[in-house]
Amino acid sequence: MSPHAVADGLAIEATGLEKAYGKPDRRLLGKAGKGRGGGNGEEGAGGRATARAAGQAAGQGAGQDAGQTSRRTTVLCGIDLRVPRGTVFALLGPNGAGKTTAVRILATLTTADRGTARVAGHDVVTERRRVRRAISLTGQFAAVDEKQTGEENLRMMARLSGLSRADAKRRAAELLDTFQLTAASRRLAGTYSGGMRRRLDLAAGLVGEPEVVFLDEPTTGLDPRSRQELWQVVRGLSARGVTVFLTTQYLEEADQLADRIAVLDRGRLVAEGTADELKTRVAGHRLDLVLADEAAYRRLAPRAVHHSAETLTVGLPTDGTAAEVRALLDEVDPHRTDVIRFTLHSATLDDVFLALTEGAGTGEAGTGQATTSTSGGTSTSGGAATTATTTTATAAASDDGKEPARV
Amino acid sequence: MSELLAHSTALAGRGLRLSRRNVDAVITAMLLPVILMLLFVYFFGGAIDTGTRYVTYVVPGVLILCAGFGSSTTAVSVSDDMKGGIIDRFRSLDIGGAPVLAGHVAASVVRNLISTTLVLGVAFLIGFRPDTSPGAALAAAGVLIAFITAVSWLSAVAGLLARTPEAAGGFTFFVMFLPYPSSAFVPIDTMPSWLHGFAEHQPVTPVIESLRGLLLGQSVGSAPWIALGWCAGLLVVSLALSGVLFRRRAA
Repeated sequence: MSPHAVADGLAIEATGLEKAYGKPDRRLLGKAGKGRGGGNGEEGAGGRATARAAGQAAGQGAGQDAGQTSRRTTVLCGIDLRVPRGTVFALLGPNGAGKTTAVRILATLTTADRGTARVAGHDVVTERRRVRRAISLTGQFAAVDEKQTGEENLRMMARLSGLSRADAKRRAAELLDTFQLTAASRRLAGTYSGGMRRRLDLAAGLVGEPEVVFLDEPTTGLDPRSRQELWQVVRGLSARGVTVFLTTQYLEEADQLADRIAVLDRGRLVAEGTADELKTRVAGHRLDLVLADEAAYRRLAPRAVHHSAETLTVGLPTDGTAAEVRALLDEVDPHRTDVIRFTLHSATLDDVFLALTEGAGTGEAGTGQATTSTSGGTSTSGGAATTATTTTATAAASDDGKEPARV
Repeated sequence: MSELLAHSTALAGRGLRLSRRNVDAVITAMLLPVILMLLFVYFFGGAIDTGTRYVTYVVPGVLILCAGFGSSTTAVSVSDDMKGGIIDRFRSLDIGGAPVLAGHVAASVVRNLISTTLVLGVAFLIGFRPDTSPGAALAAAGVLIAFITAVSWLSAVAGLLARTPEAAGGFTFFVMFLPYPSSAFVPIDTMPSWLHGFAEHQPVTPVIESLRGLLLGQSVGSAPWIALGWCAGLLVVSLALSGVLFRRRAA
């Protein structure tokens, strides 16, 4: 694999990308407009509370069906992206945030309704062929033939990228070696493990030595070891000067791999920066308090960045210094009866993510939102989340809350 | 153009490898026509008066049946492709629908030629004796290949239309059905008169008449030209449809 020159400039530059699916249906819009309009995230806290309540009342399935088939669903509402050459960029977001749509627009597989994008210096609409020659896409669905061996898959892709028979053979062997698949090269891809198949899939995308590599949720469904191996591959690509644009719903993955991270929530970019920059956007630490009773929980939950009604836990932002923690404890529990136990965490990207995506509707990670999602949490996760940790319970609650806005 | 050819060749190789490994479907496509031929010859053949030995009469019809059975494999594999992620991969390599479908069609033609050979071999064993010249045999092969190609493209279209591989398999039933109301298995004049119009003017009849005439050294008149006309027409329609459908499905 020959290294690409790391020139100055941008590998990906997108401005104001918008995309909506489906046709408008006036009848349904009239009925559900108020409740479901949350797709844009432009309403205030009250509106989103309504949307959540409506979503839960209607049930997830019904809500999604109505969104998908009967009316226009906005997937992306004006996103801007700038990815310097040779860097790794992560587009982070929950299911249905619009990540795949963004990738498909940049990879020329679908067109945006509005906005422009240039990839590897070419316009994705007017210079589609040039873009296609410079990129590769590894999607969520494996794009290898199960009934061909690893080697046959790669040789076919190499032939399709315009290599001669001999070159295709050489290139396939090279890639099999790079991706540690040589031993399995003559086995049908259908017999590969999930991790091996994903590596083969990625290798198949690299036969043409692309400048920009799009990876749509590359590690979803992989075990920890395979995930680590795939991360090594991504780092290797980056070291060779390839620009990598990946989508993920795993914060750790973005943290580990990406030079820059953009957080996408319901079609909007809610934050962009390095992992460290994003972490400093919320307070550096979080003080988790286990409370004595419901009254204390109800009093403190509105100001918490993290809360769980089942365990009566609230997490409060703090800079982590002894002085501030002491002051904070005195302030929230002046009579020294409400707080049973506390733990101090440094903020993870999960906290950032939850704070950012919770507050997206109002532009603040604030008080009204927290109350809404508390009620969502208790009503939806009561039975299901008995074994879940506090963090996942909150995550589930916020996910449920977004249900009506899903695409 | 040379790029299109290179892509199609690579994808035809893929199609052949995939069929070779899809053993049960291929065996079905190859054995069923043989079984049907034996069934027709030994069960019904005695009761059908065609003026010749029945096996001699029925072979062209069985060859057409082969195309029908093969077509279901083609439709299913196209539909399978559309379901998975491989089409996006191809498109991101700037490979359009034409070479992808051409690959499937080429593989389908090769599969069909193998099953045709098998049918002819078994037919020969049970008493089929063609009376033909090299030129006529070549012409018969030409007509058959044209028909197989047209039906394969049509099946590829069915594969694009169907939302699931199962539905794609069902789509091709009508291709398998088409030989029955034709002169494939019984002479048309034994059918009720209201069926004559359809049976005489549907695409399968001129193909069968050409094959029969060319293989048995009889005069064929304009049948081969009508057959080729039908095949060309089907091919043009299928090509146009597949272009439109591929763009719509893949977008």
